[in-house]
Amino acid sequence: MLAWTIYISFLGALVLLLLPSRNAALVRVLALATTLVTFAITLTAFLQHRSGEMFTVVDYPWISSLGIHFSLKADGISLTLLLLTGVIGVCGVLFSWDVDHRIKEFFAFYLVLIGAVYGVFLSFDLFLLFVFYEIVVIPKYFLIAIWGSTRREYAAMKLVLYSFIGSAMVLVGLIAAYVVAGSRSMSLGDLAGYQYSPHFQMWAFPLVFVGFGILAGLWPFHTWAPTGHVAAPTAASMLLAGVVMKLGAYGCLRVAMTLFPLGLAPWGFHVLGLGSWRDVFAVLAVIGILYGALVALVQKDFKFVIGYSSISHMGFILLGLMTLNQIGLSGAVVQMVSHGILAGLLFAVVGRMVYSRTHTRDLPALGPMHMNKALPFAAFTFVIAGMASMGLPGFSGFAAELMILIGVWHSYPTLILFVGIGLIAGVAYIWRAMQQAFFTGPTPAAAVAPPDHPLPPITFPEKLGAGILICSSVIVGTFPQVFLNVIHPALNSPLFQGLRNGGW
Amino acid sequence: MSVINYGQLLQLAWPEIILTVAALIALAADLLFFRQSALRTRFLVAASIASIGCIAAIFKLLPGSSEGMLLGGVFLSNPATHLVQIALLVIAILTLFLSVDSTFTDHVGEFVLLILLATTGMMFLVASQDLLVIFISLELLSLSVYILAGFDKRSSRSAEAALKYFLFGGMSAAFMLFGFSLLYGFSNSTNLVQIASAIHAVPLNPLVILAIVTTVIGFGFKIAAAPFHFWAPDVYQGAPTPSAAFIASGSKVASFFIFFQVLVIGFAGAEGSATLHHFQSGWVPVIVTVAVASMLLGNLVAITQTSLRRLLAYSAVAHAGYMLLAYVAHSEQSLAALLYYVATYALATLGIFGILTVTEKQLGNDKISDLAGLSRRAPFLSACLFIFVLSLAGIPPLSGFFAKFLLFTAVLAVSPGSKLLIGLIIFAIGMSAVSLYYYLRVLKSAFVADPPADATPIQSPMLLQLVVGLLAAGVVALGCAPDLILNQILKVIHASGL
Repeated sequence: MLAWTIYISFLGALVLLLLPSRNAALVRVLALATTLVTFAITLTAFLQHRSGEMFTVVDYPWISSLGIHFSLKADGISLTLLLLTGVIGVCGVLFSWDVDHRIKEFFAFYLVLIGAVYGVFLSFDLFLLFVFYEIVVIPKYFLIAIWGSTRREYAAMKLVLYSFIGSAMVLVGLIAAYVVAGSRSMSLGDLAGYQYSPHFQMWAFPLVFVGFGILAGLWPFHTWAPTGHVAAPTAASMLLAGVVMKLGAYGCLRVAMTLFPLGLAPWGFHVLGLGSWRDVFAVLAVIGILYGALVALVQKDFKFVIGYSSISHMGFILLGLMTLNQIGLSGAVVQMVSHGILAGLLFAVVGRMVYSRTHTRDLPALGPMHMNKALPFAAFTFVIAGMASMGLPGFSGFAAELMILIGVWHSYPTLILFVGIGLIAGVAYIWRAMQQAFFTGPTPAAAVAPPDHPLPPITFPEKLGAGILICSSVIVGTFPQVFLNVIHPALNSPLFQGLRNGGW
Repeated sequence: MSVINYGQLLQLAWPEIILTVAALIALAADLLFFRQSALRTRFLVAASIASIGCIAAIFKLLPGSSEGMLLGGVFLSNPATHLVQIALLVIAILTLFLSVDSTFTDHVGEFVLLILLATTGMMFLVASQDLLVIFISLELLSLSVYILAGFDKRSSRSAEAALKYFLFGGMSAAFMLFGFSLLYGFSNSTNLVQIASAIHAVPLNPLVILAIVTTVIGFGFKIAAAPFHFWAPDVYQGAPTPSAAFIASGSKVASFFIFFQVLVIGFAGAEGSATLHHFQSGWVPVIVTVAVASMLLGNLVAITQTSLRRLLAYSAVAHAGYMLLAYVAHSEQSLAALLYYVATYALATLGIFGILTVTEKQLGNDKISDLAGLSRRAPFLSACLFIFVLSLAGIPPLSGFFAKFLLFTAVLAVSPGSKLLIGLIIFAIGMSAVSLYYYLRVLKSAFVADPPADATPIQSPMLLQLVVGLLAAGVVALGCAPDLILNQILKVIHASGL
């Protein structure tokens, strides 16, 4: 059943392209229907598989001479992320309701992207996973280059080249892993069970981890992300920050860390106080948290604030992965969901509610427009999303970051201080952006000139989308147990055996 | 000295004979009956006659047809040569139908004749393990394609392309012949197997090394590997589109296959080793050098091109570099990967040239920037362009990606621990990441840029759309279901004992 999320998305894209009519409403409704159906499928699957154990969706031989299977499997971790993809997919369409330019192509690329993301989260055969992972790259380019804003062609090309270099690194690692294991199977289960030599793992692990990490915004390979997010149209930035960056983090956890667990082991010597790849990536993650937050603090462009905040939040995920204890790892997965929802919401406010109405994202320019009066709903949504993003209890961000922090406390007590600074900076940049964009302080009533062109009011699809995302964040924040119940069994499955032996 | 059995020769050479006869019929029919007809009719008739010949030849080559070997390898016929010959014939048919709507010449019969003669040359080329026959068939192929390159008599570009191609080709043929003569002098035989045993009998001597180098120069020219690629950009740009398509696809397939045979069979025992600590002279170090140079030069120079045809030429150099990695591994799997790669590469290249026949006629040139807005002026063709270009760039699920994957795994599988091989693969994958940049530039122009203000929809002939559509379907199908031909390739290679 879950496999249909992929098929339906691709079919939807094909139908849109072949649609003879130029009726924009029809195209939107079709796109919405496609994403709604896939969301319904992921939700059903999530509710059906409460145990979180791995189950097979589809498995049949594909390329027999190489032992490659068309194999889709899901466990608690992938189910959680599939659900996220479903939610973001629906909301992305809702927030693209105003797209008019080449609308059929827009939604076709959009659906191909969504379908490929589903594919990555479902693939159990690494060849298949890589195929979907690469398919993600191309629609991103066109979504940004055709429908984007600020320096879109530059940003699109930069993003694509970064992604492609990342996947080239992954490909080298996968080919090496496949060949060394005897060229018989590309199944993740088989390869993770193979005992690679520690020497091999020591170079293959960082290669594959960084390859995926580039897409997850790993500092210092993150620079594609802010420019890409800023240039992208709203739906594309929601998808990029919401799910595509999660593909990278998912790949780090699911592929790099399970295939080469010994790559995390100590080197036996210290360089600059770092004794293993684990230390290296933990430190890079913390630098990412701090760097993203501090740079977000000084941005003038509203969307860049959110773009850099993504780097900071993705740093939490990577740090959670490097804790190697159960609470840290599950925190990382919950943070993937949380950041997916919140980044989606924040980009929706900035890109769709504010920018497409005011045509500026310059914070000083937005101030005099009195956005809290002109667009109260946008201000309201941003406040909620901002609070959630700062980690206010009750929202998803709190639950996730708390778990990661506890994990870090067990593994890297010294890093807690820096993470704390990052958290405070996180409060500061959201506060600053909120204040400058929406609440520029009291002005004499007389000075408030009525705007020449009153801004169009917030439409129903936007309210609906924002509502869905806020509710999702609250659900994750108040009932994280729903997700932890399926994530824990997945982390305790044989797939993560090697990691457990080395870690917790 | 064995006596030649003419009955057997006739039986084994049926496909080539059919093809030659078809070529003569096409020429005669065109000259005798259709001179007064419209150009398109003449092309259609000649291409149909030629295609019937090709299809008849294919039927003669289908699995189960007669196999055998004459005079210890002067002419041989086995499942592997059959498969390659079928691929060549399919390419010839596609090229013929791509040329139906061209207007560059009114010597239709001669054009079709030359395409078929070149195909015949290629078929003999891949079916021989004897230096003399290899050289003669190579000359038949080369002389035909030199003329094809210069077939547009009204264009000085075309003449320039033909002259350059001829001069470089003549020189490389001289090199190759020099190498062959050394080999003959060394081994007293023109047969590849006997040459190999002669090389094997004594330690590697300078004569053999010289022969290796000159042979690589000769074939390196045919496959457009750097630094023997100088003809490629001019020929790709100047030659009439169908000729360029044929040179870029058919001639590549044949040359890559026979080059592999010559090195692996003829120079068996002289492989040498290119690893740093165990360096040993032989042909592997030479091929490694040429492969790295081709990947580097092809990809970097392609970035700066503004003409789509020149870009294709440099990308061909880069692809030659990837494919040469199969030679470094020289295993059964790597030959299978090479055949899969070169076949799918030929499909994508043919497709792009097919699209170029339309766009050049209507836009006047092949500038990448002039493709602006193609996606709205010719949606079907640009969708196909999308598929071909991304396949060349190696994006899954298109066949170009699977070809690369297959090639790299086959190369590494020979010796998983080898630092040289893993290094080459990292370099190749890194370079293909670079290549995405220039391939995307083409797509950016077609899909992202707005069409010029006075743009009208581009009219494309139905037949051409059909051929291009078929090619695109082939590229997608082979990528999604590589088993379609991969198992067959592996089987025939195994059956032929290569």
